[in-house]
Amino acid sequence: MSNDLSELLKELQIQNPDELFKDIPESIRTSLLGLPRGMDEDEVRRLAGEYAGMNKTVNQQHSFLGFGLYNHYVPAAISNIINRNEFLTSYTPYQAEISQGIMQALFEYQSMIGELLDMDAVNSSMYDVSTSLGEAARMAKSITGKDVFIVPKYMSRNKRAVLDNYAKGADIKIKEVEFDERGMIDLTSLEKMVDDNTSGVYAEYPNMFGIIDTNVPKIKGIIGDERIFVAGVNPISLGVLAPPGKFGADIAIGEGQVLGLGLNFGGPVVGVFGTKEEFIRKMPGKIMGMTKDHNGKMAFSMILQTREQHIRRERAVTNMTSNQALMAVAAAVYLSLLGDSGLRKIGEVNMGRTRELMDVVREFGPFLPYESSPVFNEFLIRLNESKTYVNRIAKKYNLNPGYVLGKEYGFTDRNQVNIITNVTERNTNDDFNAYREFLREVA
Amino acid sequence: MYHQATFDEPIVIDIKGRRTLKIPHENEGYKTQVPEEMRRETIGIGDREEFSVIRHFVKLSEMNFGADTGFYPLGSCTMKYNPKINDEIASLDGFRMIHPLQDSSEVQGALKLMYELSDLLKKITGMDEITLQPLAGAGGEFTGLSIVRAYFECKKELDTRREVVVPDSAHGSNPASSHMAGFDVVQVPSTSDGTVDIEKFKEAVTERTAAFMITNPNTLGIFEDKIVEMANYAHSKGALLYYDGANLNGIMTKTTPAKMGFDIVHLNLHKTFSTPHGGGGPGAGPVGVVEKLKDFLPYPLVTFDGEKYSNDYIPPKTIGKVASFYGNFGVLVRAWTYIKMMGEEGLRDACETAVLNSNYMRKKIQEFMPVPGKTIKKHEFVASSVGSGMPKAGDIAKHLIDNGVHAPTIYFPLIVPEALMIEPTESATKEEMDLFIETVRQSLKVSHEMFEKEPVNLKVTRIDDVDASKNPKPTLRMVRKEQKEALQQII
Repeated sequence: MSNDLSELLKELQIQNPDELFKDIPESIRTSLLGLPRGMDEDEVRRLAGEYAGMNKTVNQQHSFLGFGLYNHYVPAAISNIINRNEFLTSYTPYQAEISQGIMQALFEYQSMIGELLDMDAVNSSMYDVSTSLGEAARMAKSITGKDVFIVPKYMSRNKRAVLDNYAKGADIKIKEVEFDERGMIDLTSLEKMVDDNTSGVYAEYPNMFGIIDTNVPKIKGIIGDERIFVAGVNPISLGVLAPPGKFGADIAIGEGQVLGLGLNFGGPVVGVFGTKEEFIRKMPGKIMGMTKDHNGKMAFSMILQTREQHIRRERAVTNMTSNQALMAVAAAVYLSLLGDSGLRKIGEVNMGRTRELMDVVREFGPFLPYESSPVFNEFLIRLNESKTYVNRIAKKYNLNPGYVLGKEYGFTDRNQVNIITNVTERNTNDDFNAYREFLREVA
Repeated sequence: MYHQATFDEPIVIDIKGRRTLKIPHENEGYKTQVPEEMRRETIGIGDREEFSVIRHFVKLSEMNFGADTGFYPLGSCTMKYNPKINDEIASLDGFRMIHPLQDSSEVQGALKLMYELSDLLKKITGMDEITLQPLAGAGGEFTGLSIVRAYFECKKELDTRREVVVPDSAHGSNPASSHMAGFDVVQVPSTSDGTVDIEKFKEAVTERTAAFMITNPNTLGIFEDKIVEMANYAHSKGALLYYDGANLNGIMTKTTPAKMGFDIVHLNLHKTFSTPHGGGGPGAGPVGVVEKLKDFLPYPLVTFDGEKYSNDYIPPKTIGKVASFYGNFGVLVRAWTYIKMMGEEGLRDACETAVLNSNYMRKKIQEFMPVPGKTIKKHEFVASSVGSGMPKAGDIAKHLIDNGVHAPTIYFPLIVPEALMIEPTESATKEEMDLFIETVRQSLKVSHEMFEKEPVNLKVTRIDDVDASKNPKPTLRMVRKEQKEALQQII
């Protein structure tokens, strides 16, 4: 035992630190938990290298897999900044004066997301888009006092499953609105569904099929000011697509993973959450606000803390404490690097490359059920073959053609495969060739 | 003498330049075909060079204080040292560049790691099954309480079991999570020794109770030694016991939540298991349960058939999902690395050293400031700056940060007036702890007028938080909007 510890023991007049645990009743003390012995750094590095080597990365194949988490290019500058020890090892800035650095970075994240969404109030992060949606549904109820929340029939089941959980605790009923033949929200059905019990409506663009739903701009007009319109966006598309604020969205949410966070087997990511100024006090999450110090110098403060659990307890807006702050900083670095021109460009490349691959599909047959609907960087392809066969051929070309929609989405025909193919700026012409060869064989 | 770096950095949007970052395929002439009504006009974040971005954020980082900068005894947050090997391993391509929807045959290494981590956490908590999905401690609480709800729904008792009982010393997230899961909250007072008032507890726990939720050691750093009696009593009333694992560092390897009688446990990997706090997150809040609650866990769970790992097991009565995918995987990798390196001996040493440090500081602080509750503390303790001439907890905090020591958690728990919640963790030298104690002692002599001027060694001096919240400006566009309105009023 080091010298330091023996001095501490002496000060406390004890021989052994274990004496400080004598208040734990003997009957519940443990002797051994049965954990393995500790490794040294070199051993654990080797072992982890072995495990990592058992995984087949997206770089080791032609991957068109997206569906909620996307294989975008991650600039080197991002890991450089988020690994700065002063950011990485700090915690929630409860002491503002010594934490201005991260507070400004988070304020910048909020400000840039505010521009992207065209919304005034943005929080400093949610866990992910699914929890953003769950919180948005709760917020819609809290603003309107109504308890029916309408969502699209076709949306990621993962997102929906999280929403259902949040809804259950808050006594919110979820109803589904149908899609029309173009793969968009059916406005006639929506109009019929909206009634006095409706708290709000959630709609996405691009939606689950990758479609830029041109009915979305009409939703706020249909549901009116007394109900909440929650728009789901893909933040990386907002360099080319109009912002949700333009369509009267009261709340906008999205998965911020696309903003330079990489894949990481699905986490950590960051839930984007913005709202109109008038609803800021109902918004969950931590918020940085610009203010001044006593000398009149620009400063940042963690605002509206009285909404939060450590003060308001069971009446708090949400239970959230830890969030995804570092991922928000990563997104801020990403947006700073791309800027206006980069965001526009990356949107153009994603859309353009996706259209190019859809043209390849067209060469082989009518496999695009929503051919005439505009898409961002994902599309639905329907092949009249069994899933086993399609998988076998894909494997042959070292290809992952995308996410296969199963019975949870109502696709039950066993002689048909419905795939959501995603194209990003990372997909190369080699990837395209593999996809072409795959189609040549299955089509 | 501590001086924080100070730069007058503009908001990044106002740093103008040329974009130097290249985007793949950007010069191949791709254009969009967006329907007119959905076309973006302007964006509004400007362009700048990569070097400008790096200089800007490096300067911002220098105006921040992390556990790698200095002593960070923020109570209840366990700001222990984060070993650098954790980050290196999480950044391996084999972990970073895999997609959660890939076939399980392609991600055997990731699943193996998750399976092993679950197994290690089961041993540490004594629980029978673990989900790694919750994305933070509070996310774990919500998951656990959703399981409580589903369990009683299944037993057809949910109509009568509407309450969650929590001590008045509980973390604020406990009642908040209970409410989010649809329960009413009943609070039980603590006695003067800082533990739950057992008589009041017995009055509060009834056939209406769904769960009793408590952290042990509690937020005063005191081990609730009547925990077995409480567990037995709650169980006799048909209620479940929920363990808030925020304070696990204070008892790890000495006892387990299972031994104490708990049915549900959430852990904070970013606290106990050394993953970096990231300025507020990401964390991870795995939830463990006893056998009878296994079927309610979120899906999917990783399983192993002796040859290969699968990731598609759906527990029969699952509550559903609490996150898009399988949890904050990058955080899970770091926690796995930590536990692998520590082994049982290392974890025991961490716990003992943390508790030893805490009691050392408690003894020294007690010489000049009251520390309520029983004498022996675990990983943290709460001092109370009350009495004639004692400064406010908030002033002591500013005095500390002005001297390059991070402040403790202040004004929490709510049951202690002028609370200073101090958690040194195992990552503190005697010199660092002595400096902290000396700085607090000095602060007793600082006059009210002097406090008003502090801090002076940081980027900014005191901030008017009340005004900041009265006129909330969470984005630059709102700042500009207000400036414009002010200008118009003058005109």
